[in-house]
Amino acid sequence: MESKGKDHAQLSDIFNKDEPRVDWHDETLWFVRQKRDKAVKAIPEWEQLRETASQIKNNVLSNLDGYLIQFEEEAKKNGAIIHWAADAKEHNEIVYSILAKHSVTKIVKSKSMLTEECHLNPYLKEKGINVVDTDLGERIVQLADETPSHIVLPCIHWKKEEIGELFHHHLGTPKGNADPQFLTNAARLHLRQKFLTRKIAITGVNFAVAETGEFVVCTNEGNADMGAHLADVHIACMGIEKIIPHRKHLGIFLRLLARSATGQPITTYSSHFRSPRKNQELHIVLVDNGRSVQLGRKDFRNSLKCIRCAACFNTCPVYRRSGGHSYHTAIAGPIGSILAPNLDMKQYADLPFASTLCGSCSNVCPVKIDIHDQLYKWRQVLVKEGHVGIAKKAGINGMAFMLNHPGLLKVVGKTGRWAMRNIPFVVNNKMNPWYKQRDLPEAPTQSFNEWYVKNKSKKNEQ
Amino acid sequence: MKVGLFIPCYVNEFYPNVAIATMELLEKYGADVDYPIGQSCCGQPMANSGFESASQGCNELLTKNFSSFDYIVCPSGSCTLHIKDHLHSEKNEADAKSIRSKIYELTEFLTDVLKVEKLDAKFPHKVGMHQSCHGQRGLKLSQMSELVASPFSKPLQLLQMVEGIELIELKRTDECCGFGGTFCVAEEAVSVKMGKDRVKDHENNGAEFITGVDMSCLMHLEGILKRKKSNIKVKHIAEILNS
Repeated sequence: MESKGKDHAQLSDIFNKDEPRVDWHDETLWFVRQKRDKAVKAIPEWEQLRETASQIKNNVLSNLDGYLIQFEEEAKKNGAIIHWAADAKEHNEIVYSILAKHSVTKIVKSKSMLTEECHLNPYLKEKGINVVDTDLGERIVQLADETPSHIVLPCIHWKKEEIGELFHHHLGTPKGNADPQFLTNAARLHLRQKFLTRKIAITGVNFAVAETGEFVVCTNEGNADMGAHLADVHIACMGIEKIIPHRKHLGIFLRLLARSATGQPITTYSSHFRSPRKNQELHIVLVDNGRSVQLGRKDFRNSLKCIRCAACFNTCPVYRRSGGHSYHTAIAGPIGSILAPNLDMKQYADLPFASTLCGSCSNVCPVKIDIHDQLYKWRQVLVKEGHVGIAKKAGINGMAFMLNHPGLLKVVGKTGRWAMRNIPFVVNNKMNPWYKQRDLPEAPTQSFNEWYVKNKSKKNEQ
Repeated sequence: MKVGLFIPCYVNEFYPNVAIATMELLEKYGADVDYPIGQSCCGQPMANSGFESASQGCNELLTKNFSSFDYIVCPSGSCTLHIKDHLHSEKNEADAKSIRSKIYELTEFLTDVLKVEKLDAKFPHKVGMHQSCHGQRGLKLSQMSELVASPFSKPLQLLQMVEGIELIELKRTDECCGFGGTFCVAEEAVSVKMGKDRVKDHENNGAEFITGVDMSCLMHLEGILKRKKSNIKVKHIAEILNS
């Protein structure tokens, strides 16, 4: 992929080469944000719902060990087989071992950001397993040999005409046909054949209920249900933070999730899975992959409250104008920028800086994660841990030295303003990223400080 | 009432008229204003870049210069928020703490402390209000479009007292302009695109002036406006309220 080795600023610079496409991307996601606004403003107790969900998640995070054990016990009573994975590697190996046990080489998988995070698809491909993603958006990016650019709308960066071309190439639809209904139907027929023939289905998990050992999967397409119901083996993969204590808490989270995500009152399907049917196996893989480390970081543990609604993506003015792939991680956007450094500080050191700290993300978050404050705090950690370049460090230290010495600042300010008026080319050149697309402010002959000293001495004389 | 005037470093250098307007406004509405000349910067440029420790010198200067005032007023939502959230002193934490609680952004000081209900100002122009994020979402100077809550706006409350002003409606009421401190150069492409889109919204709705509580956002928007040779001008809210 072209993202190799490039940081967010470089990748979004590439994205911005096609301005009309940036406008289209921005408008498309802003439309989703507006749908969200409309839906939540119809709920007078919306802010109370957010607060309640946040508090429930606080309780979960403080008692996660107990709830996980309770969930395991209840799920086992229901007949599920429980697996614990410490990291992505273990998760992938567990999934593969189940496939190997059943000698299955072709599977279907519904949407699961966890499996994206663990890079399950490339791992299984290498093992000779054919995985078909059954969520329409995910199938589109899979056919294009890409990863999702958005956690709820995986192919939001694709235009319908491009999808028409892609389907023409892979599914044999007529060339030039970009009718969404027609293309969806083509995908449906293509996927139906996969559903009917594949013996193992993987799904994600939106909520796992400690009290009952059941889990809930939310989709709009019913593809998780179709996969799980037709397969002999259902493997559900979940991060350990997906736990909620009681079934009644779903009444809070299900109301928040779809409204925040797409502005729908609820997802079309909110399916509860509890026990395998006769002769079916139900596996649940509980994955840590850095979560317990994040839980131990006082400033960042709240990020584990995330229910993956992507409201922070849709509202983020930077995300809308840089595209999901510019974040070069499975979970992009503001939430991804506070999750990714936990997994690898060096690789994701750029992401907490890919924000203006405008704070809109924290305001739309249905579980009230202090996203923009955590971005600020990650910046401090990344500098302390030495993940910021020498040039930047030198620049900041130079600036700090000047700002810490008001006398020097006055001299530099005066000299700088003189230079801007008399030899403007020293700042108005392509070495200056400000000047590339923006003019510099006019440099006045007198600073406020100079004016004040003169004015005040006059006032004192009078 | 002794008020210490804190002027953002870049306003001091590039926009002295904003600082003068701020001082005159405060004096006009009853404050006894002093400007400590040994002041520098709030430290945000370093801290937002991850170098909080490099802003310690600024913190100490600020604490030294402003501890004796009843209030500190600053014509910037962003600098005010930074001081409120992050000012700490190794030498005198008690003073730093007290400054954190008595610093105000200009418009909230006018509405909440001086309780200005009438203004002697005239500005017969079509004006678009840019909601700067740190003032709005940080200091809560006005209601935020994301929340399900009653609308209010301290800056607009004041602008509505200005004779002849026509405030325009925007399509996106509180989207970030993309300045973002060092973001404006570190993420130049997205920063500029965000600024261009904000400018377009004001243009499409007939603004002659764009105003706001933060000159940094306005400086960024001004840079874009000037580059495209637009007739739209930026003006800090203090200059309009003092016009």
